[in-house]
Amino acid sequence: MEVEVEFIDEMINGYNRDKRAIVSMLQDIQDKYYYLPEDTLAYLSSAMEVPISLLYGFATFYRTFSLQPRGKHPISVCMGTACHVRGAGRIIEKIEREIDIKLGETSDDLLYSLDEVHCLGCCGLAPVVTVGDDLYGKITVTKIPGILKKYKTSKEEPVSQID
Amino acid sequence: MKPYRAELMVCAGTGCVSNGAFQVKDALENEIKERGLENEVRVVTTGCNGFCGVGPLLVVHPDGIFYQLLTTKDIPYLVEEHFLKGRPVQRLMYTPPEDKLPVPKMSEIEFFKHQMLIALRNRGIIDPENIEEYIARDGYTGLAKALNGMTPEEIIQTVKDSKLRGRGGAGFQTGVKWELTRKAKEKTKYIVCNADEGDPGAYMDRSILESDPHSILEGMIIGARAIGAQQGFIYIRHEYPLAMKRLLIAIDQAKEYGLLGDNIFDTGFSFDIQVHRGAGAFVCGEETALLSALEGQRGEPRPRPPYPVEHGLSGYPTNINNVETWANIPVIISRGAKWYAEIGTENSKGTKVFSLVGKINNTGLVEVPMGIKLRDIIYGIGGGIPDGKKFKAVQTGGPSGGCIPDSLIDLPIDYESLKEAGSMMGSGGMVVMDEDTCMVDVARYFLTFTCDESCGKCSPCRDGTKYLLDILTRITEGKGNMEDLDLLEGLSKVVKETALCGLGQTAPNPILTTMKYFRDEYESHIKDKKCPAKVCRQLNIYTIDEERCVTEGHGCGVCMRECPEKAITGEKKKAHKINQEICVKCGACYDVCRFGAVIVE
Amino acid sequence: MPKITPKDLARIREKSRQSTTLREGAGRAKVTVHMGTCGIAAGARDIMSALMKEVESRDVKDVLVTTSGCAGLCSREPMITVELLDQPPIKYVDLTKEKMQKIFEDHVMNGNIVNEYALAVGSERAH
Ligand SMILES: Cc1cc2nc3c(=O)[nH]c(=O)nc-3n(C[C@H](O)[C@H](O)[C@H](O)COP(=O)(O)O)c2cc1C
Ligand code: FES
Repeated sequence: MEVEVEFIDEMINGYNRDKRAIVSMLQDIQDKYYYLPEDTLAYLSSAMEVPISLLYGFATFYRTFSLQPRGKHPISVCMGTACHVRGAGRIIEKIEREIDIKLGETSDDLLYSLDEVHCLGCCGLAPVVTVGDDLYGKITVTKIPGILKKYKTSKEEPVSQID
Repeated sequence: MKPYRAELMVCAGTGCVSNGAFQVKDALENEIKERGLENEVRVVTTGCNGFCGVGPLLVVHPDGIFYQLLTTKDIPYLVEEHFLKGRPVQRLMYTPPEDKLPVPKMSEIEFFKHQMLIALRNRGIIDPENIEEYIARDGYTGLAKALNGMTPEEIIQTVKDSKLRGRGGAGFQTGVKWELTRKAKEKTKYIVCNADEGDPGAYMDRSILESDPHSILEGMIIGARAIGAQQGFIYIRHEYPLAMKRLLIAIDQAKEYGLLGDNIFDTGFSFDIQVHRGAGAFVCGEETALLSALEGQRGEPRPRPPYPVEHGLSGYPTNINNVETWANIPVIISRGAKWYAEIGTENSKGTKVFSLVGKINNTGLVEVPMGIKLRDIIYGIGGGIPDGKKFKAVQTGGPSGGCIPDSLIDLPIDYESLKEAGSMMGSGGMVVMDEDTCMVDVARYFLTFTCDESCGKCSPCRDGTKYLLDILTRITEGKGNMEDLDLLEGLSKVVKETALCGLGQTAPNPILTTMKYFRDEYESHIKDKKCPAKVCRQLNIYTIDEERCVTEGHGCGVCMRECPEKAITGEKKKAHKINQEICVKCGACYDVCRFGAVIVE
Repeated sequence: MPKITPKDLARIREKSRQSTTLREGAGRAKVTVHMGTCGIAAGARDIMSALMKEVESRDVKDVLVTTSGCAGLCSREPMITVELLDQPPIKYVDLTKEKMQKIFEDHVMNGNIVNEYALAVGSERAH
């Protein structure tokens, strides 16, 4: 992928080239591409005059960041305590079987990726799964295929609008 | 402001939104227009109402009628019946689990009846995106009082007298912390609101941010005045986009009204607040790690002392408090320390918000006076355990806390009693567990969490949690031996005493309490190779009740298709069978069988 | 918006009093318009509009307006019940817009029951 130099430069200036804002810059990059592309990191490192190891340090320390491309429909299964005791582990396994990727992976067609998160703050609805910005509560193993079906075609029907 | 005869408060907390609250709101507004009621009835969106398990929900004022589980289909009927003809619709009301008749009024529903709202005082009552609604409910009067007629010392004294303790974990006295920061030598001082809310299973901070963001701003401005800080920061989890949005709106409005910024209320006092979005790391909730993150470094903890009150953000004195702590401040100032200190117990004053989740009928956020009995929360507010199951334990304090067993059901809930029982208050998560929860698995769950979230800076935590987790995994897989129990205990002590920060120091707590109260469960995993709750699947044996499979399910074959290992064989209309040699005990067949024909032993 | 002062806080509170009263469910007076099918057919909607107009134009903040179903006396609709704090409810029947205005002025605002329109004092069940 081509590095979008203009976007990066503009972003850096937006933060006044402040080295303390590097995590925020990485967040902006992640928000745009849903992962941290290697070349973009290299460009950021030279533009900000910081070692690239620092950027990789952040990228692997914080959960938000991914060094691999994420799927078009990133699936997150909540593994917070409330969701765990209500059977979230089995939900993950069902999704793994359903879309044939393991936790932490992205499908070859870049349609899905599967991750776990620790508590989305909707514990009252446990177990909880999000697909992109859509949130599904009180999930059961048998509900999974129906939910995933919505995303198989590229047409999207969002059911919630947390923006 | 135009008068209305009725206001419909639609909950727009995250839980309800995900269940379609905005669609319900749009449908309501359309239908109200359709019926020509738009000048009489108004729809207001509020923050989280707390009873998240039954959303989307709607509270109708002035009568306080509570509607639940709404869908857009219900709306035309509801509008016609209730708002046009004045006949509340019973079908959409809340009916307690054991009862037949619905309870129309919110104030009479068990879940709400026993609550006492201070930190959540405005939840569901105001529109969080409108500062005037906050002001209408006495918002910013605490600030006006603090700035006009109270010296910083008097503010601190009031908070000290209220005996408010930090709601973020350790329960340190807030007034004392403020005083220490005020007395620190440096002139530049900072205050921080810790909105990282890392405890998986607790979401009160999110709810306060979403339903009443101004209460936190007001608390912080008062705190800044008392401490002498010029700049404040709010560190918020990135998983909370809605809370972040409302917070930013609130800050803009407060600035516009001159309640933040230069020369507040013409007193010469200036203060500003910046919001910092976290990037996802549990340890960043720990105060020194949070400061590192704010400084733009990796969020790793530092040794204490020096404490942040002396050597905090960029080396300047910094006072850190939790969201709920800040939200209590305005009321303490406006109503006085004496009023506040009358609520609660000797050493734990005021109220605490708990997130009551897990295996419980009424899930949601509850705010109750300190000292309330566990029984009143579980069986009173919570309405008991679903499906007639038996209550086993409640987990409090998150990954740093412990499990309180059934035998301590009459325990008063306050900082000291919880500690004595081996757990802690923490941020107020209460995850209820029933007979189907395996306590060894719970301990293993928390160690998986802490091991994963350990930042790796100190070896007791990095290696210790890993080793503890290995032992627990061994036990849940039936490969443990009795010596493992001593090993767990010994290693837990070492980690507790030697880890650098609170994460490691408290990580063994879930093991120690479950071993204390549920040793028999550990023993049956080790000696009998059985998981009494049938959660640890490696110890289970899955078989098919052939008769049920044929008579009930007509050999439907769903299990066969689901089995990832092709261990199930059979034909339509005939009984299916699991080949035990191939079976990997994933439980998929059990999950998908709708006829209860898969048996777990 | 210029900066506000502590006095402005009180002003904003006063402005929103009606809404606060509503949400706390604690007004000085409560007017219930009976809106069963019969009531609506007999013109209860007009009565409601007239009532809301009174509330708005007089800028009163402590009067709750609610609706309820048919009061069971369909021949005398439109009908309202007026309750002042600590006083028994009064039912008014055969209403018109003009009567509504007078009732609002005399009874709701000044506490004098308008006997000529009143059906009876008291009620078969408390609201
Ligand atoms: C591992 C760890 C995680 C923590 N996470 C949080 C958190 O998410 N939110 C919070 O307010 N405090 C958290 N704390 C407690 C903070 O370190 C600190 O004590 C607290 O923010 C002080 O505020 P308080 O006095 O108002 O409670 C955590 C502590 C530890 C050791
Ligand atoms: S535990 Fe899953 S949302 Fe909180």
